[in-house]
Amino acid sequence: MPQIYLDNAATSRMKEEALDAMMPYFIEEYANPSSIHAMSRSPRAAVKKARAQIAECLNAEPSEIFFTSGGTESDNWALVSGAEMSEKRGKHIIITTIEHHAILETAKYLEKRGFEVTRVNVDSEGIVKLDELEKAIRPDTVLVSVMTANNEIGSIQPIAEIGRMLKGRGILFHTDAVQAFGHIPLDVKELGVDMLSASGHKFGGPKGVGFLYVRKGLRLPPFMHGGEQEEGRRAGTTNVPGIVGMGVAAEISCEDMEAKNDRMVKLRDHLIERVLGEIPYSRLNGHRTRRLPSNADFSFQFIEGESMLMSLGMKGVYVSTGSACASGSLDPSHVLLGIGLPHEIAHGSIRVSIPEDATMEQMDYAADALKTTVETMRSLSPLYDDFVKKQKVM
Amino acid sequence: MYDGEYSDKVIDHFTNPRNVGEIENPSGVGTVGNAKCGDIMRIFLDIDENGIIRDCKFKTFGCGAAVASSSMATEMVKGKSVQEAMEITNKAVMEALDGLPVVKIHCSLLAEEAIHAALWDYCQKTGTAIEGLKAPKADINDE
Repeated sequence: MPQIYLDNAATSRMKEEALDAMMPYFIEEYANPSSIHAMSRSPRAAVKKARAQIAECLNAEPSEIFFTSGGTESDNWALVSGAEMSEKRGKHIIITTIEHHAILETAKYLEKRGFEVTRVNVDSEGIVKLDELEKAIRPDTVLVSVMTANNEIGSIQPIAEIGRMLKGRGILFHTDAVQAFGHIPLDVKELGVDMLSASGHKFGGPKGVGFLYVRKGLRLPPFMHGGEQEEGRRAGTTNVPGIVGMGVAAEISCEDMEAKNDRMVKLRDHLIERVLGEIPYSRLNGHRTRRLPSNADFSFQFIEGESMLMSLGMKGVYVSTGSACASGSLDPSHVLLGIGLPHEIAHGSIRVSIPEDATMEQMDYAADALKTTVETMRSLSPLYDDFVKKQKVM
Repeated sequence: MYDGEYSDKVIDHFTNPRNVGEIENPSGVGTVGNAKCGDIMRIFLDIDENGIIRDCKFKTFGCGAAVASSSMATEMVKGKSVQEAMEITNKAVMEALDGLPVVKIHCSLLAEEAIHAALWDYCQKTGTAIEGLKAPKADINDE
């Protein structure tokens, strides 16, 4: 049986070059880059190189890149410290309804700390409503955070437009680019963001490392307190191997991005066309074109996602689902509800996220597997029975 | 649910569910759960004149545990008297499946409720009563 990994948005396989680059920093060049002796030179230089590699991908300065433990820490840092540094000017924050939990939960925490949070809606295709965002801005708004691309439905947000909208208004603008960095071209100057979060393992780097871009001149206070690492902005012993691996992964990911994405879009669209064309009562969630090249998110009526996921797993196809049953919570994914799907349709959702090395044959295998899985699950479904009977009567 | 948290029995009943289908002119049919919560179970009973369950079929919309619980429940009621079927608890269904993850216990409860709902329908149709059986509380239209 083939093993087809289509859960790349959860985490990606490490790029071999990234892993190779990391290895010397575990047992040979293991010194602490914050030390003063000669052994610290090599790891210090390696971290410097990685900082430059990442800055290059973003059209940023190396001094604007701060290494963290991952996307969650970067999001927490940007929101909490961004809010705290601005609270004398106001205590109002704007996010969207479809942010990652790292933003949603941090915003809830800030509410407990006396901040007010407005959650702007997205349209039925998962794109933030700009007019609603504009209207949500108040004199006491100090921070806006909108994700670059959504982790479930892949919709790409109009970050540059929001950047222009916020320009000169004294409002900090953060974007969670965890799903976007290394996957679509990003230029912090074009986007007009003050802060941008990313995570190494989402683009072929190792787990446990990420970064926050902080625009030059923005004195974002530290979130992790302790030593003087990262120019005194992020304490904690430098994760040299992780940073090195992430740097290499970033460089490779950003090379020939356009050509790679053309190929990814072909794979994605082939799958989408087959699924929508061959499976009745299915829908694509998110925008048809303004979506990550690797993402295809579907809902299938009358069936439930976790059982579909299990059945696909038995065919060697590994995906994820927005169904509540998968998480043990009662509600299906907030993102699917956010685009206006009713609960019962949201429960029947499957996210396909395609790795770079996937093939057209794999897309066909996955489409076939989805087709038989949906048929099998519908043959079990009382909702499908009811629907078919109703159709006959009409 | 994480792969590996389901017992082999659950996987077996999910992969090869027993008694899937419908019974035409059933002695009793019960539907419980609702689509909003992500699971609906429908159980059909064919009961003979002596109150013995001759056949039992199911249709389920839901997760792997919901499918496996329905499949196991139908196996357990077959050949039983209505009173015996009435006494099958969710715990018994769970035990027969070699356990369910904590967050999936409600699936076995749904199976128990579906049996009760089908038995209730049978009682309504035949004007009989089963000791301890109450009207089903969950309804497909409870949204």
